[in-house]
Amino acid sequence: MTLVVAPELWLLADSRLPTGGHAHSGGIEAAVRRGLVTGPDDVAAWLAGRVPTAGLVTAAAAAAACALVTVPVERRAPSVDLLGHGRPSPDPRPSPATWRGAPTGGSTERGGPSLESGDGDVDWARWDAAISARTPVAALRDVSRQQGRAMLRTVRAAWPHAPVDGLGARPHQALVLGVATRAAGGTPHDAAALAVHHLTGQVCSAAVRLLGLDPLALAGVHARALAAHGPVVGTAAEAGTAAAAARDPDLLPTATTPWPEVLAVLHARSEGALFAS
Amino acid sequence: MHDHPKPGRAVRIGIGGPVGCGKTALVAALCRALRDELSVAVVTNDIYTTEDADFLRREAVLDAERIVAVRTGCCPHTAIRDDVTANLDAVEDLVERFDPDLVLVESGGDNLTATFSYGLIDRQIFVVDTAGGDDVPRKGGPGVAGADLLVINKVDLGPLVGADTERMAADAAAVRDGKPTALVSVRTAPIPEVVDWVRAQVRVPA
Ligand SMILES: Nc1nc2c(ncn2[C@@H]2O[C@H](COP(=O)(O)OP(=O)(O)OP(=O)(O)O)[C@@H](O)[C@H]2O)c(=O)[nH]1
Ligand SMILES: [Mg+2]
Repeated sequence: MTLVVAPELWLLADSRLPTGGHAHSGGIEAAVRRGLVTGPDDVAAWLAGRVPTAGLVTAAAAAAACALVTVPVERRAPSVDLLGHGRPSPDPRPSPATWRGAPTGGSTERGGPSLESGDGDVDWARWDAAISARTPVAALRDVSRQQGRAMLRTVRAAWPHAPVDGLGARPHQALVLGVATRAAGGTPHDAAALAVHHLTGQVCSAAVRLLGLDPLALAGVHARALAAHGPVVGTAAEAGTAAAAARDPDLLPTATTPWPEVLAVLHARSEGALFAS
Repeated sequence: MHDHPKPGRAVRIGIGGPVGCGKTALVAALCRALRDELSVAVVTNDIYTTEDADFLRREAVLDAERIVAVRTGCCPHTAIRDDVTANLDAVEDLVERFDPDLVLVESGGDNLTATFSYGLIDRQIFVVDTAGGDDVPRKGGPGVAGADLLVINKVDLGPLVGADTERMAADAAAVRDGKPTALVSVRTAPIPEVVDWVRAQVRVPA
């Protein structure tokens, strides 16, 4: 069997893709500032707590979003309004009828998928709400939406055909990642793997900057975390795919680690933090 | 040269330069000089605090909600050049809220190579400090050579630190390919040439 990876997927795995990730620490700054994380082993332990829990939820949601985009979408040349700075591009995006990803439901949080329109058959608002329900603290829901908004901008520039319009202005990042993975030719398993890779990468690179750790040692931590948590990716991909097939976001896994959630709240309120989260 | 700012939307001007060169003082002076004729908003990129934004709010150069600070994860130059996401978010929020004529984006204090991406701003000002060494303009680099306006600040300190400001101006002219340079002392004197330059970048509907 030949394993084929869509070349564009590497872009989504590259930390140089400008999606604002460099300003987030995956929660580790709050732990570092309290002396709870001081070296590479602590970083590995942090990931061992976070990847199978919050990481699993995010990865499964990304996999589901990827699986939910079922109709191949028409490709179009990029029409990025580089100096328009986010003004709507005059070039029309694919009409919602060309893909199954239009919004049909409502979200209670600011910026999620809206209630209007019901052309497609993916009710993104329910998926968005399911992620919110699995993200206990408001601070992290907000961080997820900040990163979702940022990733939307990047996806629109890199994959103008990606059916992201139904996601709202500030969707959870996992949904954007899933749709983007699909647009780049990837699978739900790829989406789950990317979600875990982003979490581990954010934590490891922030740890280098915050603690002056050896970047080579942290590259080792990153690689071992990806290897060790391969089963998390598999579980997430299966759960997300099953939830998408059943059109039932309630089937997404539920897991978290309370202490990092509490730290995230303290971080959001703190003065003098280097990272946005 | 980059396209002239599009009419009918906020003109964004980046203000960069090494730590302590006077970026925030310049932002404050520009706000004071222009706030009565233009709708102005400010984004600051402090490295680890909201110090600059707090200073500007304390000085009441603008309504407090027109000044926002972004966190840049230890990498001020990344946030203004390679991945401008956080700044774009902040600018877009200000534009949506206030529809300003002018948005000033102050970078975190960085080094001589830290310049803004034109995906974030329309024009950039690079500020250097007379007391930071009068050889800085001669060293050149993307900030000194490439900025749309170079501001050599704190010329009042020239005599105290033995800096030859005339030479600084001549060295700058040699690398700047005709682009303007202003010698100023933001803290001690008005800066009409800088204010006029900024005004000229902003097209206000008649
Ligand atoms: N003597 C003198 N001092 C100045 C002048 N402009 C600014 N300063 C002082 O220089 C110090 C730094 O000024 P800021 O405006 O905070 O510099 P900055 O570039 O914003 O600094 P960072 O944001 O920390 O990189 C302050 O104490 C200012 O009052 C000037 O023209 N002359
Ligand atoms: Mg400053």
